[in-house]
Amino acid sequence: MNTVLTLTKRELTAQFFSPIAYVVLVVFLVLSGIIFGMESFKPGEEASARTVFAVVPYILVLVAPLLTMRLLSDEFRTGTIETLMTAPVNEAELILGKFLGSLLFFVVMLAGTLLYPLIMSLYGSIDVGLALSSYIGLLLVGGLFIAVGLFFSACTQNQIIAAICTLAVLAVFTFLGDWLASNQEGTLRVVLQHLSIRAHYEVFIRGLIDSNHVVFFVTSTALFLFFGVKVLEFRRWR
Amino acid sequence: MIEVKNLTKHYGSNRAIDNLTFSAGSESTGNIIGFLGPNGAGKSTTIRILTCFQPADSGVASVAGYNVFSQSMDVRRRIGYLPESAPLYGEMRAREYLHFRGKLHRMAKPDRDAAVKRVTERCWLGDFIDRPIGQLSKGMRQRVGLADALLHDPPVIFLDEPTIGLDPVQIRETRKLIRNLGDHHVVFLSSHILHEVEQICTHVIVVAGGRILASGAPAELSERISAGSRLIAEIKGDSESIVSAVKSLSGVENVDCERLDGWNRLAIESNGAGDIREDVFKLVSDKGWSLREMRREVASLEDFFIKITAEQSTAR
Ligand SMILES: Nc1ncnc2c1ncn2[C@@H]1O[C@H](COP(=O)(O)OP(=O)(O)OP(=O)(O)O)[C@@H](O)[C@H]1O
Ligand SMILES: [Mg+2]
Repeated sequence: MNTVLTLTKRELTAQFFSPIAYVVLVVFLVLSGIIFGMESFKPGEEASARTVFAVVPYILVLVAPLLTMRLLSDEFRTGTIETLMTAPVNEAELILGKFLGSLLFFVVMLAGTLLYPLIMSLYGSIDVGLALSSYIGLLLVGGLFIAVGLFFSACTQNQIIAAICTLAVLAVFTFLGDWLASNQEGTLRVVLQHLSIRAHYEVFIRGLIDSNHVVFFVTSTALFLFFGVKVLEFRRWR
Repeated sequence: MIEVKNLTKHYGSNRAIDNLTFSAGSESTGNIIGFLGPNGAGKSTTIRILTCFQPADSGVASVAGYNVFSQSMDVRRRIGYLPESAPLYGEMRAREYLHFRGKLHRMAKPDRDAAVKRVTERCWLGDFIDRPIGQLSKGMRQRVGLADALLHDPPVIFLDEPTIGLDPVQIRETRKLIRNLGDHHVVFLSSHILHEVEQICTHVIVVAGGRILASGAPAELSERISAGSRLIAEIKGDSESIVSAVKSLSGVENVDCERLDGWNRLAIESNGAGDIREDVFKLVSDKGWSLREMRREVASLEDFFIKITAEQSTAR
């Protein structure tokens, strides 16, 4: 566990030293700010955080790959993986440390958006429970996205390839999944609907914390982390 | 300390190392082992297997008494490793990096402080220990990597081309450091610089094309090699008759002739049974040729190296 924490700390610090992470942070805050501005104060409608929260995962589809692409690709490209994996560190600890470090950075990003509910509370009362469940939903989505990105980053030493693959998979499961499902019949439709990240997330922004949906995010995140560990193990054998 | 038996590793169809067997770091080899070979010999591949970075295809290897495949964590706790390119995290300061590495080795804070201080002195990091690694020169980074390898005071230290990229003063200092390390650690270093290995190692293993070609103490190896030393003689006259006459001398095995502005530069290889210099001189004077130079070329490890490398490439 100590090793994981050491790696987590180093990853979080590395994110704060990486120019890309700052770009991601700024882009994320600016985009979500614009959407907040557009959606919340539509004339004649009541201010609602729900539409803002509904859009945030779409922004994350674009920025999460940028956040995760260098996680392991860079270790392979620069050769630092060699010093890491010859120290008493195993693959699972490495993946977990990288994951937690990036997740903490994502929490920092999310903390920046706390400004919007605060602004809204100035204009009217705000549903704290709804905001809380929405944030929990976002955290789960973010965790899953980071796990997917980490998996692809473990697969290649090329950051661009890692980012593009992550983007493709996230896009499919976030919006294309719904569209594909609507064109299908029967079992396939059900499966695709069940895999739609948007559908699972929607429950949270309606104010519900349903254990089924929590389980979906936690297990799929764990699955991608597990795949990441397996890829690292496999790569040593080449 | 290091036992290797029938180790083989392929990359695709390319055989990087081929059935390596050796043992090192015992009483008979001393503590500083040089792994010598040309580019692509399989030195880094072997070191990567011994440091548990990559598994071999077949064979057994153990370091510090633990199997590198089945007891990898035990091995990793007991080794220090400086990879060929000294990879480091550019955004960290050298001191931070060493602390990070110390934590991975589960060293407590006071131990880490003491260890960082110790390696800072040993590897002369004083001037730049608090600068970001990304701003350091190649040689400085090499020294940070070396400091990392020594940090947790491991019994076995692997150094892949430790003096590459250092200036002459640093090369000398590093060699001195490695020699001192030999008192308390087993050091396994790779190199293609022969006089380096000759100077600092107690035991040399020569590899090429993934195979061991020779091994022994440096002096022993030089001796074995210089048995086939050559005589260089520059003689003026008709080259064909000179070569055939020299070849007919007893003990001469091979003669190479090179023409230089009217002179013939002969490289005479003898079987080493006796000194043929006098015979050559007598021959020249009998025939009425002129002699402008005659010297014995004592074969060095360098010649041996070049020779085996050439043999390797023709054998392929
Ligand atoms: N990651 C890799 N993938 C494929 N082939 C490799 C890889 N690493 C090494 N090789 C091959 O294995 C052989 C041995 O390489 P190795 O790096 O061990 O040589 P070396 O003795 O360290 O050489 P050098 O003195 O240049 O460092 C070479 O033929 C090389 O092409
Ligand atoms: Mg090498």
